[in-house]
Amino acid sequence: MNHLPQGWGRPRDDVYGAYDASYLQNSGPNQHTQQPVVTGTSVVALKFKEGVVIAADNLASYGSLARFTDVKRLRTFADAAVVGFGGDVSDMQYLDRLLTSLDTEEAYGTTGHTLNAHNLHTYLSKVFYKRRSEFNPLWNQVLVAGVDQEKKPFLASADLLGTTFSAPSLATGFGAHLAQPILRTLAPDEEAAAGLSKEQAVEAIKECMKVLFYRDARSMDKYSIAVVTKDGIDLRENEKLEAQSWAFAEKIRGYGTQVN
Amino acid sequence: MFRNNYDNDSVTFSPQGRIFQVEYASEAVKQGSVVVGLVSKTHAVLVALKRNAEELSSYQKKIIAIDEHLGLSLAGLASDARVLSNFMKQQSLSSRLTYGRAIPLERLVSAIGDRAQTNTQHYGKRPYGVGLLVAGVDETGPHLFEFQPSGMTQEMSACAIGARSQMARTYLERNLEKFADSSREELITHGLKALKESLAQDKELTVENCSVGVVGVRAEGKAVIEAFKLFDGQDVKQWVDLVADGTEEVAEGENMEVDA
Amino acid sequence: MAAMFSQNPLMNGPNYSFNQTPTAAAAGNKEHAFYPYTDNGGSTLAIAGEDFTIIAGDTRSTSGYNINTRYQPKVFKIGGTTSSQDDANIILSVVGFAADGEALKERLDAIVKMYRYQHGKPMSVKACAQRLSTILYGKRFFPYYVHAILGGLDEEGKGAVYSYDPVGSYEREQCRAGGAAASLIMPFLDNQVNFKNQYMPGSGVGHDLQERERKPLPLVEVEALVKDAFDSAVERHIEVGDGLLMMMATKNGIEEKYIPLKRD
Repeated sequence: MNHLPQGWGRPRDDVYGAYDASYLQNSGPNQHTQQPVVTGTSVVALKFKEGVVIAADNLASYGSLARFTDVKRLRTFADAAVVGFGGDVSDMQYLDRLLTSLDTEEAYGTTGHTLNAHNLHTYLSKVFYKRRSEFNPLWNQVLVAGVDQEKKPFLASADLLGTTFSAPSLATGFGAHLAQPILRTLAPDEEAAAGLSKEQAVEAIKECMKVLFYRDARSMDKYSIAVVTKDGIDLRENEKLEAQSWAFAEKIRGYGTQVN
Repeated sequence: MFRNNYDNDSVTFSPQGRIFQVEYASEAVKQGSVVVGLVSKTHAVLVALKRNAEELSSYQKKIIAIDEHLGLSLAGLASDARVLSNFMKQQSLSSRLTYGRAIPLERLVSAIGDRAQTNTQHYGKRPYGVGLLVAGVDETGPHLFEFQPSGMTQEMSACAIGARSQMARTYLERNLEKFADSSREELITHGLKALKESLAQDKELTVENCSVGVVGVRAEGKAVIEAFKLFDGQDVKQWVDLVADGTEEVAEGENMEVDA
Repeated sequence: MAAMFSQNPLMNGPNYSFNQTPTAAAAGNKEHAFYPYTDNGGSTLAIAGEDFTIIAGDTRSTSGYNINTRYQPKVFKIGGTTSSQDDANIILSVVGFAADGEALKERLDAIVKMYRYQHGKPMSVKACAQRLSTILYGKRFFPYYVHAILGGLDEEGKGAVYSYDPVGSYEREQCRAGGAAASLIMPFLDNQVNFKNQYMPGSGVGHDLQERERKPLPLVEVEALVKDAFDSAVERHIEVGDGLLMMMATKNGIEEKYIPLKRD
């Protein structure tokens, strides 16, 4: 998938040729989401021995405009899972309401909650797939982090087409290009991820957020990060990127006014 | 001559506050042959007495496997039970499809409870003429539920419904404290003994006339559950022999009835 | 749309998704801005033996040049009584658009499970094959964008492989490759399984040439063929790799085997 949410859900340029965006203009009211409007950028996540670390910055962009700078894109579910949203923010808010009602419904009954991260991911993927099949997609890619029925770390992705996959590390949007390679060197497979400590995983994710802030023009230095284990969720929503070094910027040549 | 004017439909109360149609439906349950269910900390067991309508006919089906993790036994109108079990099968399949989760028993049982209740509140409808024992395991362990045509459902630690089931219930009440810590085999044996109590004088338990259904939280050395399995014919011989006359009567001391 | 899996003669040249870029803009009107399909790459392969069937698929999932994950199976057991599918007797592989593949698999599995519940016996591979065709054809005008292959043992205990196009046209075959590297693997299979273009040495020239006699291959040989086929596909196709998941249906049930492939 392209790193720009605007590119998601379109025929691939390399297969079908450049997309003619003029078809997006019409005079009548739009019934379905045909393009994302206010968007969130990458979500990154990594499994470790006891759980999963997941992070996303707090920015919602309107095209290239940094429109909302305090949007929380990580959402907890019943102390059992965290969902990280990339893509359209209004669709994220719709899903947020949907999950709240699901949460309420599931809490009824004498036994209380039984939906874990795995169940939640299955549910979300069906919602996405149903909506894409109605040609009325929810323009998001989400990561679901938590633990499964056996209390083992669970991490999986679902997107606007209903495509799902699971891996020791995942990243949406620009993160798929910039963060994923960093995370994969650390956790090339499940065994390696199971050997990571919480501290190592948190450090790696923070490093990824920094790299993304350096290079992703639609990112921000304020972000949310959550650690999910079987014992619960530790969510921090107002983290600042630390120890940045912009010294490299001085060495970049070939842009702007300077000649060499 | 006295004629009851309050039993023409299931939406009219009698002046005494009774709904006769619902009570008649409960009578249908008592016409069915006896079924017994009981739970331990690890297993849930159903045992049933099968009748054959005539010498030449086959024995009726008393236990139905619904899903991997649950099954039911019925007393009363078998065709009504089939409607309910089809519904339950659909519900449990749909839970697995949408959430990737085995449906919690309480949820499923209250779903059929609600269905049965609506039949008692709409003109022109008829209550289900069948009682069910639903046994299974979910994330909160093994469970046994009783269902009645009135829509009443309740969780039981042991239960018997159907013709002459009072004798079986008496056995269950006397031995109640033994069930929780019983092994799989012990639990089945208790079930068959309870069933035997309800037998008519000239009847015996045979491999032809009894069915056993077993489900457990965890198969030995496996992470998955011991799936609901129905035993019929020669497969129940091992247990029927255990409770055959003369084998256990000595140990029990009481109930030294001797068949003619 | 046809570009993705076509064995379409109108589109000549090798048939993997990266050299199918249209040179001219598409004519006519686009009906909708949202395109509901994507290609998740990967390849599958099935071979029917005398008393066994092997269906295999790589475990890589891709989006464009990205690898989504290195482990997403494309081969599934169908219609067992439990979620672990231990007692299943049918194998299904799906390759193409993964979300459709998943939906198709779950739908077929639910149907075969209901069949078992209603009839008290497992569905035959033949019946399941016909049913799968009906499912695919039912979505003729919004197809499941997948190349499905179904397999197992037939009523006589012989290996059976059925292959489908996305809209339900199907055929029983000896072997079939599907997905991104189908065009790389299929000719290899023709040669190695059906002995195409192999002739008896010294049988003459022209009309005198005698084809090499076909004989059923033993399981171990077929297993080696599958492994070779995928090793070669991985070498030449960027969407294939990471791992190989094989399922073997024999009279003893379905055996599963995982072999790592190159991850580059």
